[in-house]
Amino acid sequence: MTAAGRGASGVLDRVEAARRRRPKLRDTHITSAHGAGGKATATLVDAVFLEALRNPLLEPLEDAAVFDAGTERLALTTDSFVVTPLFFPGGNIGDLAVNGTVNDLAVAGARPLHLASAVILEEGMDIADLRRIVASMAEAATRAGVSIVTGDTKVVQRGRADGCYITTTGVGLVDPGLRLGASLARPGDVVVVTGPIGDHGITVLLARGELDLSADLRSDTAPLSALTARLLAAVNTPGGDGTRDGGGAPGSGGAPGGGGVRAMRDATRGGVATILNEVAKASGVGVVVDEAAVPVRTEVRGACELLGLDPLYVACEGRMVVIVAPEAVDTALAALRADPLGAQSTVIGRIVDDPPGTVLLNTAFGGTRIVDLLVGDPLPRIC
Amino acid sequence: MRFVDEYRDADTARALSARMADLCEPGRAYAFMEVCGGHTHTIYKHGLEDHLPPEVSLVHGPGCPVCVIPMGRVDDAMHIARQDGVIMTSFGDMMRVPGSHGSFFDANAEGTDIRMVYSPLDSLKIARANPDRRVVFMAIGFETTTPSTALTVLRAAAEGLENFSIFCNHITIVPALRAILDSPDVRLDGFVGPGHVSTVIGCRPYEFIPRDYGKPLVVSGFEPLDILQSIYQLLRQLRDGRCEVENQYTRVVAAEGNPVALAAIDEVLEPRPDFEWRGLGRIPWSAMQVRERFAAFDAERIFAPPGARVADPKACQCGEVLTGVIKPWECRVFGTGCTPETPIGACMVSPEGACAAYYNFGRLRHRGSTSTQRGDDVGSVDPRKADPRKADTRQADPRKAVIRA
Repeated sequence: MTAAGRGASGVLDRVEAARRRRPKLRDTHITSAHGAGGKATATLVDAVFLEALRNPLLEPLEDAAVFDAGTERLALTTDSFVVTPLFFPGGNIGDLAVNGTVNDLAVAGARPLHLASAVILEEGMDIADLRRIVASMAEAATRAGVSIVTGDTKVVQRGRADGCYITTTGVGLVDPGLRLGASLARPGDVVVVTGPIGDHGITVLLARGELDLSADLRSDTAPLSALTARLLAAVNTPGGDGTRDGGGAPGSGGAPGGGGVRAMRDATRGGVATILNEVAKASGVGVVVDEAAVPVRTEVRGACELLGLDPLYVACEGRMVVIVAPEAVDTALAALRADPLGAQSTVIGRIVDDPPGTVLLNTAFGGTRIVDLLVGDPLPRIC
Repeated sequence: MRFVDEYRDADTARALSARMADLCEPGRAYAFMEVCGGHTHTIYKHGLEDHLPPEVSLVHGPGCPVCVIPMGRVDDAMHIARQDGVIMTSFGDMMRVPGSHGSFFDANAEGTDIRMVYSPLDSLKIARANPDRRVVFMAIGFETTTPSTALTVLRAAAEGLENFSIFCNHITIVPALRAILDSPDVRLDGFVGPGHVSTVIGCRPYEFIPRDYGKPLVVSGFEPLDILQSIYQLLRQLRDGRCEVENQYTRVVAAEGNPVALAAIDEVLEPRPDFEWRGLGRIPWSAMQVRERFAAFDAERIFAPPGARVADPKACQCGEVLTGVIKPWECRVFGTGCTPETPIGACMVSPEGACAAYYNFGRLRHRGSTSTQRGDDVGSVDPRKADPRKADTRQADPRKAVIRA
């Protein structure tokens, strides 16, 4: 601490008290910040949607709602896709829409069964483009082992949509004994990412062609359901080396019912930083990330350096953050690395007890800083 | 990654840290102002203060261009943006700066068309693509960004583009530094000088600081090791009893600056007799305006905005933060009334703003007994870094430091 900093120790407490107060929605209109996945989105969801629709299944605000139906345990999720441009290296809005919903089911521990798809088309859209998009949806569905079994199509006037918007809804089956959730992280747990981060976000940003930048990058969009199934089979079920769901290994410090995998989240909008903040808050724990251990492709890092962005906040569409109990880490890493989509899985940090609700970064430069939720979209800096 | 990692090497930083500690006079406190918002951002983003000897503290200066734009100019910009057929273009971090009725984002939600651009030249693309609209570039920044605005106007003039203009808010660093040095509350031992500004204006404009005010200044680059080395050079000057302008950023900054850029600025813009700075008040000859010859590209002449003068919110202490009189967390609304979600002052808006940088990255340094210096139990993940306590790093081999004078 610098000399001038002494005597300021009450600051954090004062600030944390202010942060704990439920955020108040002060805005009178929707701004782009409400769609960016950061604090503004969270406030909007809390004040408008949760306030009016509150129920126990919605309340945890997980990627998917998990509930019993007869003897089965189901996961249900939905997601809208509004990407610009519609086509980008490595994919298009079609496979993105299928993979996104498949992944929301997969990280809830579900085996995806069926998808529904609603499409909003802008008058004037090229039908050849639409065919390409739908063909990609079909391919992605086949790859993920799901079918798109129902759907809806609407057309709006020219100028009222950006070519094509797609909403996909998915239902999946969950092992009734499985418990996963952002609130189950415990001190000592380990934070794993399943590969280099930020590929999708930077690819799409460059594909817009507004920056006169180019890089040999592809979106990482991919279905993660096979990867999560392999991971859970190795770590969270009988016969796996990890802790058995239902009790938690003695001495693991685990939550009641916590398995070797505590939580999985796909690091989409808001990136890895946003996921880790959600985990920190939901579990009342701290997260410490080692910057040097975070895998980022040179091209992504370079683009982020030029544009003043932080890769930790850049979206991925085929990467997960997995919180794993310490005794299950080796098994989990082996299972993840056995799948091509998880071949570069690596430990980037760990869960600690203090400071609760906060994500810290040990920088490669040898310092420590906070990694907070963003308010809205990361804004490029002037100079 | 080349040209990045070598400027962020933790071992070099630790070695430099040890050498800085040797330069400090026991019992003396040193306060250095880093002038640029870019420096402030680097300092917090990389946790640079963890490498400073306890005797050294950093004071965050006025060099964040969006932080010093007064509310009245934001209101004027919105007035222009609301005129028929106007598309306004703006750098990204200007978008959230509050005027007296919200930010550009809020204005867009109510119907204006204010678009983010990375370069002023992008505004020309938009102007060419929308011949029936009037495109106005919200030009802000110090001498770093002024040349690109000037070149954009020159290009628009050469092309004969008739639907493009700039709302000029460009400011100059030297009058601001002089205002800070003249402020009775300021106690500084030296300056980490602007890097990017100096690529344009060179090092000579700062010579009055050692000469008239007796403070050393080291022009610094923006990588963390650049800043550490600059602080090292300041400490070395103080120990040697020297007081001069030094250039740490020699790989980019020439002593005479960039004559081509200066000529472009001079062709299009001229000093403005008077300009209001948020927190610093009105400073004569501290900003630029469009020359008569380019009146057709001057949004102030075309749209005649009201020239709103809006007092900063009463609770806001941005002025004292910007002059280094108080630290961000000493502001009475820091982190409670004023947060990045609901900024009262602009210092909380830009990632270069001292308050936002401190709130987002640095809050944890003031947890008193549960300090999170590296090596404490919140600890590092990598076992190789298990015990790099400051006391130990002082003993690192100083020969490992690569000092590029």
